[in-house]
Amino acid sequence: MDRAREARMGWALVAPALLWLTAFFVLPFAIMVGLSLSRFVGREVVPALSLDNYIRFFTEPSLFRGLVVSLEITAMVTVVSVVLAYPLAWIIAFQVPRNWQRLVLVLTILPFWTSYVVRSYAWLLVLGQGGVVNGALMGLGVIDAPLSLSATRFATVTGFVHFFVMLLTLTIYANLVQLSPNYARAAADLGAGRFATFRHVILPLTLPGVMTGAFLTFVLCMGDYITPQILGGGNELTLPQLIMMQLGRRGDFPMASAMAIILMAVVTLAYLACARFLRLERV
Amino acid sequence: MPRFPSSLRLTALASTALVALGAAPAAADSLNALVWCDNTDPDLIRPFEEEHGVRVNLREYEGTAAGLAILDQSRPGDWDVMVIDAVDVHRVAERGLLAPLPADELPLGDFFPDLVMEDLNAIDGEFVAVTQKYGYNTVSFNRANVDAEAMEDLSSLFSGDHDGRIAIYDYYLPVLGMLALNAGIDTADLDLEALETLREPLMDLRARARQVSEVVAAQTALAVGEVDIVFGGGEWLTAVLAEENPDLDWTIPEQGAVLWAQSIAVLADSANPDLALEFVKYISSPEGQARLATSSCYWGMPANAAAGEILTDDQRAVLRWDEQEDFLTRVQRYPVPDADLDAAMQDLWTDMLQN
Repeated sequence: MDRAREARMGWALVAPALLWLTAFFVLPFAIMVGLSLSRFVGREVVPALSLDNYIRFFTEPSLFRGLVVSLEITAMVTVVSVVLAYPLAWIIAFQVPRNWQRLVLVLTILPFWTSYVVRSYAWLLVLGQGGVVNGALMGLGVIDAPLSLSATRFATVTGFVHFFVMLLTLTIYANLVQLSPNYARAAADLGAGRFATFRHVILPLTLPGVMTGAFLTFVLCMGDYITPQILGGGNELTLPQLIMMQLGRRGDFPMASAMAIILMAVVTLAYLACARFLRLERV
Repeated sequence: MPRFPSSLRLTALASTALVALGAAPAAADSLNALVWCDNTDPDLIRPFEEEHGVRVNLREYEGTAAGLAILDQSRPGDWDVMVIDAVDVHRVAERGLLAPLPADELPLGDFFPDLVMEDLNAIDGEFVAVTQKYGYNTVSFNRANVDAEAMEDLSSLFSGDHDGRIAIYDYYLPVLGMLALNAGIDTADLDLEALETLREPLMDLRARARQVSEVVAAQTALAVGEVDIVFGGGEWLTAVLAEENPDLDWTIPEQGAVLWAQSIAVLADSANPDLALEFVKYISSPEGQARLATSSCYWGMPANAAAGEILTDDQRAVLRWDEQEDFLTRVQRYPVPDADLDAAMQDLWTDMLQN
């Protein structure tokens, strides 16, 4: 096959993917960028090349706070989810007999099969003043009066963590089971205790799985609208909630587009940081 | 209608066309309706489908801006009918989106006179929409935990007795309208200057409230005892829960409350205008009105008084049928802000939510 024909074949093979990306990513993204530079005057979108929406976002405290709240919640969720998911994945990978691991994994991800909205409302009831948590704490005599758990940031973080622990468990488990037991044996031969083996051998080798899961958690959590809307009680607004307000109530597509691009920029920065940390230039 | 740059229009059109390649064209024996959740109740829709041998495709939306965005992104003829806030009918009609309705074919004579709302539903004397349901944004409360008499006075919410036990309904127009009434300002007189005077009471109310919630979350909070009062609530919030918990009640305080009303219209570029009109006639009929009034999503008073003959005594009692005459004299309509006032209201609302 000559080179020209090879090149044509290459383009032909890549064309469907290029077409798909152009139609469903590049074009919509270009439209969004164009809209974000437009102005919203009265109730009309006026074409323009203006950075007003971006300036307004960063100078208006109630809007900028949405980004801060989103970052705070996402950081909490990511850290708590990793801390909970790692031991769970470890137990499944190394403590559960191999024959049972598949079943245990299925049980771990069972909540994935229920509706996200229903699950959030269920948490609202669980964390309510007459809910399971308050009931148990009062029954045990830990508290005298019910705690305000629902309609708080705690409730939002809890709802998120419940979901993302499942996701992280899967990614970390996939990493752990690929580790050859010889690494641990070699470390032991060199005199390392169990903690030192974990600290200096296992953990670094499983970091790619942890970081991948943490990045997925970050992306999904930053962009989620439903959980904070249902569980947060409207006591603070995340960036996606603010975007929805611009769309649903104001019809301010330019501002919503600017906010969406800022959200995308934050996620991109997180990805670059993640890739740099893992030295995954080729990812 | 939002005006996008022509290049953006082209790219949007191209993207839409690509998506549309796989989409089936609208069938002649189906009706596409852009509605609020109460209009999606199968018990309401099925009788119409059976009678006309058609399928009604429903798309639920909230907020006029969201509805207009859906219309902007749709092809002409995609939608046949639309449910809309009565106070926003002119806003939509001015864009040329609504078709005239033959008033003589609608049972307007049976409507509660205050609910015909010709000034909202008609343009230059020609009806382009018809009221389908109404109710009040007022105060919902749990009678078991709150003194019902105290709820007759809005100022009791600021007394400190209910701090941490209040939910604010997450919709700026009725809540600001009620705060205006509490401050002695008519909703029709709400302007930028008057709005600024509402900042302090709004923030004060926010400080006393446990949460700011949309319909389902507010309902849940009241039903499970998270809060005792929903400011901005009404029969639409508690009526559907009345059977399970008769203590959940609502009242119109002495300062008054805000009247909400929703209308239904036929879209000007409907592909099935005759069927669309039949649907509007069905929804406006006593049978359709009774079913809509007791929709599983939320209850509300039917605009057509003849529906009272179909509703049961219990249903009428929950809707406070016999008190409507008095209620209607004590309420004011939603504020109808222009673009600037609307933006200022929403800015204030966002400040309230973020502080």
